[in-house]
Amino acid sequence: MAAPRKPAEAGDLTPELLGTPQWTDQMVAAAGIPMYDVPFLTVGGGIGSFVTLDYLRIYGVPTGQMKVVSNIDHPWQTYEFLTRCSQIPRPERIRSDSSSRPDNIWGFPSYGLEEAWKEKNPIYLWQLLTEPILNDYWTPRAGTVFANLEREAKRIRYWDMLVKGQVRMVRKRAGGGYFTVVTPPEGAAPTKRIVFRSRFVHLAIGYPGLKFLPDLQEFRTKYSDYQHVVNAYEPHEQVYEFLKTRPGTVVIRGGGIVASRVLQRLFDDREKYGLKTQIIHIFRTFITGSHGPHIWARRKGGDGWAYQGFNYPKSVWGGQLKAQMRKLEGAERAAKYKEMGGTNTPKRRRWQEQMRAGRAGGYYHAVQGTVDRVEPTPDGRLVSYVRSSDGIIREPVADYIIDCTGLEADIAEHRVFADLLQYGGAYRNPVGRLEVERHFEVKGTASGDGALYASGSATLGGYFPGVDTFLGLQIAAQEIADDLAGRGFVRKMGPLRSTSQWFKWVFNSPV
Amino acid sequence: MVPTLIGRIQTRLFLLATVGVVMTLLIMPIVPGTDAPLGDLYVTGLLVLAAVGILGIGWELIYHLLMQFRWEKDWPTSFGLLTLVPEGLLLYFLLRSGAIGFIDPIPSSTFWTHFTVVWVSMWLVANGPMRVPFIRWRFRGGRVL
Ligand SMILES: Cc1cc2nc3c(=O)[nH]c(=O)nc-3n(C[C@H](O)[C@H](O)[C@H](O)COP(=O)(O)OP(=O)(O)OC[C@H]3O[C@@H](n4cnc5c(N)ncnc54)[C@H](O)[C@@H]3O)c2cc1C
Repeated sequence: MAAPRKPAEAGDLTPELLGTPQWTDQMVAAAGIPMYDVPFLTVGGGIGSFVTLDYLRIYGVPTGQMKVVSNIDHPWQTYEFLTRCSQIPRPERIRSDSSSRPDNIWGFPSYGLEEAWKEKNPIYLWQLLTEPILNDYWTPRAGTVFANLEREAKRIRYWDMLVKGQVRMVRKRAGGGYFTVVTPPEGAAPTKRIVFRSRFVHLAIGYPGLKFLPDLQEFRTKYSDYQHVVNAYEPHEQVYEFLKTRPGTVVIRGGGIVASRVLQRLFDDREKYGLKTQIIHIFRTFITGSHGPHIWARRKGGDGWAYQGFNYPKSVWGGQLKAQMRKLEGAERAAKYKEMGGTNTPKRRRWQEQMRAGRAGGYYHAVQGTVDRVEPTPDGRLVSYVRSSDGIIREPVADYIIDCTGLEADIAEHRVFADLLQYGGAYRNPVGRLEVERHFEVKGTASGDGALYASGSATLGGYFPGVDTFLGLQIAAQEIADDLAGRGFVRKMGPLRSTSQWFKWVFNSPV
Repeated sequence: MVPTLIGRIQTRLFLLATVGVVMTLLIMPIVPGTDAPLGDLYVTGLLVLAAVGILGIGWELIYHLLMQFRWEKDWPTSFGLLTLVPEGLLLYFLLRSGAIGFIDPIPSSTFWTHFTVVWVSMWLVANGPMRVPFIRWRFRGGRVL
């Protein structure tokens, strides 16, 4: 029996609003949704929103002119959750380099100088000087990143701008600008929704969602077992705890940095607690050495992995590849992405040692293969049916499977993007994500004198490839801030203001 | 900063004209190995900077070519420091042989003190402080303009 149709309560979205791409002020008022004005609004409240607000505050925008709508309390919350799950607790080191500092738009002094100074450790300086030739890249501790973000958030008065809530959609406004519909937390507002009316909106909502490998997803739903087949981005301490109680076997899937981290944890625990853990590592693409089309485009690799310091070649954040990509369109751009893409991990000396020891000791087995399906064994373990390209079929049995492929879901799985694609005029780029301009305005969404921007992983495939990184988010923020300056929202920052603001950062005085 | 070709050249010329000139003015009164009048030393020092700039365009072309063999198309920090050796040696021998006629002969200790101080200062500035006034510089491959 169908539920009786409830009339929309006052203060909620009406069918008329839902079906109309462009709203008028009267339509919103008629629905009884309270409306607030703010010239600039950023949605998400993660690292992307934070660095954008940081830039604009430093350029000179007062807190009263900007709001951030988010479902988290502090900007590093989601990042900290994901890094902790994927085995980077606060004392461990993250992937990005010393001068990728989301709390400092200048990237100077770098994290390396700061840690060297605070810990009185000149070895860090030697590592910075010799990276990546004689040493691994120096990278900061996760804890250093969080502590500094907190300091900067206080300095720019981040929490004065924060509005807690879930953004449902952004729609164009007749006459220019946008309406952002927010569902505030239970009891925080008298109505179910509130609306912000703004000239500029920025979307930085991070990953649209996690996606599992299809065979693992099938297993999880079919046997409703969410304990033994896990994604590395969800909490999975039970795996490591189980292995401490008795010898076990773990299957790892994927060849990226998360697989490296999980391996390190397994090897570390093996050493620390004298465990007997067996590890079977399945690579879909097994890389055996240097690879690439010609001598000028060859990446190092071996033992299954493709090796690269960061998630893209270093010059995408400012050098030659950044300059090249900026000029490419359509198929050419997609081809360039393909050429430098592919899963990869840094070649860290410690990881290499651990894997060497594992191979020699017969407890780490790396194989190429695709998995057809996963089934439970009668004794409650998991068997994977793995087919290699050479035709060999393997059927490894394991206690746990850790999916480290980190596949990102399609952008349309996020409601805000789905709505934007359907009603906002946005469309997809050559790699299927949101097409943005060089200054990160979402193409097709202009509304009068307003502009809608986006940054982060949803914009991968654009004129700038390194989007889903601290430095990439800062590059986007700078482009956005300069574009806003061009539109008269703030004055473009020149060398003098930049220098004086830098001193304020150094002395931790308000912007 | 990961450079592009045009960015390399611009950064070099810019730093020579700023950091290079300032360091030359500061160091010349105390360089060893010479008793030439300060005015002459300044002229010589500034001409050396000019030579580093002009020869440098050629060097940057070579570095850019070498960089193409690197997958990341990057230029590690240490390379920027170590290139002091070939560049210094070439310039020194050119001066010695009289191939650069408009610069008077310089005693070797004078040359190397001046050259090294200028080079290391430029390298230090390029690896951090440069980003303070010029926030767009590092994202543009070292272009100043
Ligand atoms: C494990 C891991 C390690 C990484 N390591 C590095 C690294 O070392 N260096 C580096 O440079 N980059 C790294 N990254 C990549 C990237 O820099 C971070 O993921 C960064 O947090 C991305 O910032 P963001 O703002 O795009 O997303 P997030 O920081 O995730 O913020 C987006 C926020 O938007 C919120 N949100 C979503 N939808 C809505 C809505 N409808 N309404 C309100 N709020 C909403 C989400 O809750 C989320 O908190 C890493 C990523 C991962 C997953």
